[in-house]
Amino acid sequence: MSYSPYFNPELETMPRKELEALQLERLKSTVKRCLNTKFYQDKFAELGITADDIQTLDDVKKLPFTTKDDLRANYPFGLSTVPMNECVRLHSSSGTTGNPTVVLHTQKDLDEWANAVARCLWMVGSRPEDVFQNSAGYGMFTAGLGFQYGAEKVGMLTVPAAAGNTKRQIKFIKDFGTTVVHAIPSYASRIYEVMKEEGVDPARDTKLRVLCIGAEPHSEEQRKRIEHDLHVKAYNSYGISEMMGPGVAFECQEQNGLHIWEDYFIVEIIDPQTLEPVPDGQIGELVLTTINREGMPLLRYRTRDLTAIMSGECACGRTHRRIQRLQGRSDDMIILKGVNIFPIQIEKILLKFKELSSDYLITLDTDNGGDFMTVDVEISQLFTDDYSRLTQLTKEITRQLKDEILVTPKVRLVPKGSLKASDEGKAVRVKDLRKKF
Amino acid sequence: MTINQLSIFIENKSGTLVKVLKILKDAGIQLIASAIADTVEYGIYRVVCSEPTRAYLILKDAGIPVALSDVFALVLENTPGSAADAIELFTNEGISITYMYTFLLKGKGIIVFRTDNADKARETIILNNLKFIAEKDLNALAEQSI
Repeated sequence: MSYSPYFNPELETMPRKELEALQLERLKSTVKRCLNTKFYQDKFAELGITADDIQTLDDVKKLPFTTKDDLRANYPFGLSTVPMNECVRLHSSSGTTGNPTVVLHTQKDLDEWANAVARCLWMVGSRPEDVFQNSAGYGMFTAGLGFQYGAEKVGMLTVPAAAGNTKRQIKFIKDFGTTVVHAIPSYASRIYEVMKEEGVDPARDTKLRVLCIGAEPHSEEQRKRIEHDLHVKAYNSYGISEMMGPGVAFECQEQNGLHIWEDYFIVEIIDPQTLEPVPDGQIGELVLTTINREGMPLLRYRTRDLTAIMSGECACGRTHRRIQRLQGRSDDMIILKGVNIFPIQIEKILLKFKELSSDYLITLDTDNGGDFMTVDVEISQLFTDDYSRLTQLTKEITRQLKDEILVTPKVRLVPKGSLKASDEGKAVRVKDLRKKF
Repeated sequence: MTINQLSIFIENKSGTLVKVLKILKDAGIQLIASAIADTVEYGIYRVVCSEPTRAYLILKDAGIPVALSDVFALVLENTPGSAADAIELFTNEGISITYMYTFLLKGKGIIVFRTDNADKARETIILNNLKFIAEKDLNALAEQSI
């Protein structure tokens, strides 16, 4: 059967001018809708602006930022712009400090969300003939239900396997002829590890061909390793629960940047310190304004995720701009001896060493000499009987890390399996034990 | 002239050594000699055992970082000074010993060692007519001693 390469052909390939006109129209109505809330009424009054100040897309800069703290302060329903009886779903993120955040959806919001995810899945080649297995946690974690409804919208046979019980996951993949899987990258690696233990060869024993990976920042090297191991094409998924979850941005088959759906969002990249916009190509914090949401629209939401706008057209024909693979979170940024370091920089270097597994642990600690960083790396196979070769390896890792992050870490070799990710959830990559003054 | 030795990467942490030993026990592998130095973070645990190839594969499958390497093993008289005499021959040839450990088997002293120049060490052993053991001899000796 032959299909269009696009799920929403008209919207995905809309000429920029029309797309921007659509954005402006949606921005104006979103601003009006937001003014149903006391939170935005107060913010507008503070800045001395009204809805009429928004006449061009550039005027988005006049709008107030919204932060996670604002969501917490208005917990649970303070940012809803519709009566509660119009809302049909609530998602909440964990509240490690204070209140959790809540996002409310109307039925239309859920339909639009499913459409955005379907667009992404279609973009990476999923079709109604495919069998889709979602190995992400369900419940409040938006990647569960988010992918579920999107995959159903594509028309695939959908297996809500959820995370964990890896042996059963592998049985499903084999028995149901799963072709498309969604999992967080560390869990995809775990699935491969267990396949190896069970003597399952992904190329021979499964029909896997597409893997969607997201929720954890990962490097190009890690993607390539997963693609090679599982014998699939792996595509980067970007989602954020405050926007909706998965479906915000996704790689196309070019595997060069993630298209961000500009009929859903207005995209800005700012310097997290000055809050001023940065030029295309420069890394900064992603700021999103929802322009296709009823229940709880957000203006200039500071995602804390670091990326950059990629300029230029994409060969896939979609006109929605691309962002670079996520570079970590501005919150995850480690500041050591005054230097800004992102864990993904360290991961990128470690993956170059074939002697090491993909797991690592960064520990920050304080001793008499001040703060220092230790990086534990796993030896996956002993390649020598010689201590000096191990010392050499440690030195080479240290040297390459220093070239990348500009501070000299202490590198420690540990046996494989010592740092592995648990069966569920995200791997712990950074421990900060520094004394705070 | 050489025997197979397992080199096992061990983290300096409680429980890691016993984990390896238990895997070998469960597989019915007999240790003949082994050596580990005290190190700060990690060590290489070197093991001469029965069925080294099978032991290697079992450890590898269990996810233990392990290598199989060739080391020299000489049979010496169990008398004072025999190790000094033997090692001196290598030193005179400018060969360095990377590491060495010794054990007794059937009343004979066995020294296991690795050098920085395997070819020259081999030559020295032949020219001086030193008594060495090969893998199969070792297995035979091990079985007798059980």
